Amino acid sequence: MTDLLKISGLHASIDADGKPKEILRGVDLVIPPGEVHAIMGPNGCGKSTLSYVLAGREEYDVTSGSVTFMGRDLLDMEPEERAAAGLFLAFQSPVELPGVNNANFLRTAVNAVRRARGEAELDAVGFLKAVRAATKNLSMSDDMLKRSVNVGFSGGEKKRNEVLQMTMLQPTLAILDETDSGLDVDALRIVAEGVKNLRSPKFSALVITHHQRLLDYLGPDRIHVMARGRIVRSGGPELAKQIDAEGYASFLAEAA
Amino acid sequence: MPAITETREQVEKLGQSSYKWGFETDIEMDVAPKGLNEETIRLISARKEEPEWLLEWRLAAYKAWLTMTEPSWAKVVYPPIDYQDAHYYAAPRKKPGPKSLDEVDPELLRTYEKLGIPLHEQALLAGVEVPEGEEARLPVAVDAVFDSVSVATTFRKTLSEAGVIFSPISEAVRDHPDLVRKYLGSVVPAGDNFYAALNSAVFTDGSFVFVPKGVRCPMELSTYFRINARNTGQFERTLIIVEDGASVSYLEGCTAPMRDENQLHAAVVELVAMEDATIKYSTVQNWYPGDENGLGGIYNFVTKRGACRGARSKISWTQVETGSAITWKYPSCILQGEGSVGEFYSVAVTNNHQQADTGTKMIHIGRNTRSTIIAKTISAGKSDSTYRGLVRMLPKASNARNFTQCDSLLIGDQCGAHTVPYIENRNMSARIEHEATTSKISEDQMFYCRQRGLSQEDAVGLIVNGFCKDVLKELPMEFAVEAQKLLQISLEGSVG
Amino acid sequence: MNAITPSDRGLAPFEARLSSFQDATRKAAAGDLALTGLPGPRVEAWHYTSLRALNSYIFNEPDTCFNESAVQVILRSLIPQSGCLEPLPRLVLVNGRVVPALSSPAASLPEGVTFSAFSGSPDFGMQASPQRDPLVALNTALAVDGIKLVVEPRVKAGRILLISLAMSSSGAISFHPRHSVTLGEGASLTLIEIAAGSEGPGAYFHNPVLSCSVAEGAHLEHIKLQREAADAIHLATVYADIASHATYESFTLGLGAVLARHEVHATLRGSHAGVHVNGAQLLGSGQVGDITSVITHGAPDCISRQTVRNVLTDRARAVFQGKVLVERVAQKTDGYQMNQALLLSPTAGIDAKPELEIYADDVKCSHGATVGALDEEQLFYLRSRGIPDAGARQMLVEAFLTEAADLVQDEVAHAALGTALTEALVSRIAAWENAS
Repeated sequence: MTDLLKISGLHASIDADGKPKEILRGVDLVIPPGEVHAIMGPNGCGKSTLSYVLAGREEYDVTSGSVTFMGRDLLDMEPEERAAAGLFLAFQSPVELPGVNNANFLRTAVNAVRRARGEAELDAVGFLKAVRAATKNLSMSDDMLKRSVNVGFSGGEKKRNEVLQMTMLQPTLAILDETDSGLDVDALRIVAEGVKNLRSPKFSALVITHHQRLLDYLGPDRIHVMARGRIVRSGGPELAKQIDAEGYASFLAEAA
Repeated sequence: MPAITETREQVEKLGQSSYKWGFETDIEMDVAPKGLNEETIRLISARKEEPEWLLEWRLAAYKAWLTMTEPSWAKVVYPPIDYQDAHYYAAPRKKPGPKSLDEVDPELLRTYEKLGIPLHEQALLAGVEVPEGEEARLPVAVDAVFDSVSVATTFRKTLSEAGVIFSPISEAVRDHPDLVRKYLGSVVPAGDNFYAALNSAVFTDGSFVFVPKGVRCPMELSTYFRINARNTGQFERTLIIVEDGASVSYLEGCTAPMRDENQLHAAVVELVAMEDATIKYSTVQNWYPGDENGLGGIYNFVTKRGACRGARSKISWTQVETGSAITWKYPSCILQGEGSVGEFYSVAVTNNHQQADTGTKMIHIGRNTRSTIIAKTISAGKSDSTYRGLVRMLPKASNARNFTQCDSLLIGDQCGAHTVPYIENRNMSARIEHEATTSKISEDQMFYCRQRGLSQEDAVGLIVNGFCKDVLKELPMEFAVEAQKLLQISLEGSVG
Repeated sequence: MNAITPSDRGLAPFEARLSSFQDATRKAAAGDLALTGLPGPRVEAWHYTSLRALNSYIFNEPDTCFNESAVQVILRSLIPQSGCLEPLPRLVLVNGRVVPALSSPAASLPEGVTFSAFSGSPDFGMQASPQRDPLVALNTALAVDGIKLVVEPRVKAGRILLISLAMSSSGAISFHPRHSVTLGEGASLTLIEIAAGSEGPGAYFHNPVLSCSVAEGAHLEHIKLQREAADAIHLATVYADIASHATYESFTLGLGAVLARHEVHATLRGSHAGVHVNGAQLLGSGQVGDITSVITHGAPDCISRQTVRNVLTDRARAVFQGKVLVERVAQKTDGYQMNQALLLSPTAGIDAKPELEIYADDVKCSHGATVGALDEEQLFYLRSRGIPDAGARQMLVEAFLTEAADLVQDEVAHAALGTALTEALVSRIAAWENAS
């Protein structure tokens, strides 16, 4: 079996007042099927940029490097094609969609993805059944399905809504961009359970986080430390503990 | 609803882009010679076997029209119209005798089928679907107007049992002359404006609705307008009278073939609501908008006005305007009865080279009158769309209230979206609130949807539908579904 | 008063003066005017404000001599010795002409500021558009004098007072001063303009045009206090061109005149520029007060703000027209506009037309308008705390107008406006209470 995700020498920049500003400076990363990896690193090191580039955000200009996802050239795909292929990004701050009903949005997304994967679309009953089960697991109220997407949601509700979407879209690779930030202990546990429930040989995750606690729940296979736009160190779960104890200073020194 | 379900399926089948109602029906037509003069008017009146008073009324309107000039204040641009270069009467040639569905030219029926409007009552009934969790819905009675004349009206028997008159206006002139004479032109006088005067002179058909005291109309009434013949204008006239405590919901849909010439549609709609009466008037306007270079399309210059004459009466206009090369239309409410209510809910979408200048007028005359205006404007391509609305509180309109919300969405940087409200208050206890915003679909919203697997066009459709939700929810359910699809189709090719 | 039959084009009041011009500019303007005439209600920009009042008069060119002691009396009432305006350098016009004897000597103007009179070397500038704006054409044809201020780059010029007085004579007079203010790069100036006049036998018509040019990074604050005589007509036009990173902040307070219009055409020509066109009107009897503005976003990343509040008693009528035009290039525009009116009498009225015309897609523009009476809930709250009805009303009205005046940044101008507002409120409310 080949690697699920393979990032090689990835450079990406963003337009800052007319000048390109390089944020990713040669990222190398491999995620095999069924594994959970975590990326840790100080603010501004490029973690969120990496997640946006992988999901296909257009503002970022990939200047060199390659990304293959399930053997396909990921960078050549439209954002929705990446979603259909099984890549899911849980956004750090999900945007609000006024007037767009949450359930309707979810059903439209699920069926778009199912169609693209050659699966049968869910009818109203089938969808409702699936979504009810998922909301129950996440301790979400049905009321949230009736509201506009993310509009007036608390921070915790937004994050749960992201995990709900992930559950429904059944990705092969989920990128969780600080999904644990702003959550209290109970909410964190619920979210973490939501991710854990998906764990299988066919599901991988790339978890971007600052905190040991989420990793304790998830039990990651590998930890990567990112600094100044590159992965500067990779190791086992013990690396996270080292960061928790010592901070990033030594890694920053390595990256300089 | 069957009529609409079929329409929706038709729309779904359309798949890709462009206007799919653009086919032409090959049918034998009875057409008046080109040109507008007293002779034409006499000919129309004679063909319709009209009484003398109506002919006089038409001729007076024509004389008034001759002295008037085309309004130029709207933000629309078009070459001068040659009013002598059009036919003012075109009708499918018909057999003499009473009109029943069996006698309608089968070619015509096929046309309406293509449009998704089955006229056969049987088919209608058989087609009734009950969506899951929904109550069984009432069927819709349809009046179909083909160019200048009404070709078929369904469910008339059921309606007449309830005391409701729903017929082509030309028949109403014959069968209910007193009613027509009393109300025709009482809301939109013959000389009201240039297009209304033109319509009054040459109108050929349209629908007539009368709901007597205390009757809730047992089903939705609907008219489908279709322009088919070349070089014709369509000038239909609709008159709806709802007596004390009665109510009706009326739906209107419009299509036309694709042609590279511009065709004029100058309709007049008059609504009269008496004490405690309610009229809900919904329009899905999908006249041919012209091609992507702005060639062809309908000029939709329409005068619609409702009079809330009785206390606590209510008139609600809902419109989804996606078609026409140019739209000039301001469905209005004259709120005369104490505590009467006017509503205007509008979605106007323009793409390519379309131009729309549309809005409403709420004229508050009586005490405690209320009005609500929700207008959503979406511009794409190289189009221009303007909301233009008037709220006027007259000195006696004590404690009157208006709330107006206008939102514009621009898609692309070659279009324009404009908001021009006129607010006039002459009563200190009246209160007017107006809000308007202009924005675009944010990159964040687009990306979020696409990350969840939606195509760009689906994402735009979804966001636009969300943007329009407050208006779409006012439409009868079956129309709302059709309208949503139309919105998406209208915006095809506007992104990416 | 010479009553005349109104001419078709409304130009009869000026007819005798609108011929035989020598220079090309005046000739062209008079030609434009002859073509269009003064605007009637069918002209969209003048739909709500009628110029019929002009037709009651034949307006003559004012005399150059005037009663100096009467002028001193008015000046003292406008600028009390104790007031904060007293020490400011001032430029005084009487009946449209600069009067050096009443103005500060040139030497007392701040360094880097030059003043010259329009009469010395007429310069119409390039900003005004007499072809489009008939009242500007009228001004162009008939302008005799005015002020021209130039602030050198990077000069902080502080505050300058511009006072325009009208002294009535036996017949009706009109004057059409032509002003210009030019700020160099990075310069700043606060211009406090006061228009006032004496009640007298002859009515007057004040028709000023002011062109402002604000260069890159410069800042012009323009505060105007309009307290013309009760039967006066005041129709002013202001043009402001604003370069990148520059700002034009204006506030107009309309109290006087039987018919008044303050019309602003502000154009944002460079990126990151800003404009504020704020104002308030407190009107009574049969006054008509009109605040009209066209804000054009002609460059990206600019901000425009407009807040206008009207309080109307008796038979007064206010007009607000505010157009925000966003051109295709003006991406990232941020525009906001709010117009509010309080109607305190059953015979008062307001006509408002806020307008958005937008051709750029990445913009954030909004406007709002509210019209109504005082809030009953607020009134009740105040009264339940023991404040009598009249006092409670006055308190709410004052709060409503003060909020608008608080938008003025300059403390001295703010204080002067506050004083004028309080005075006007007391007299207006008194008149209103007596009437009701």
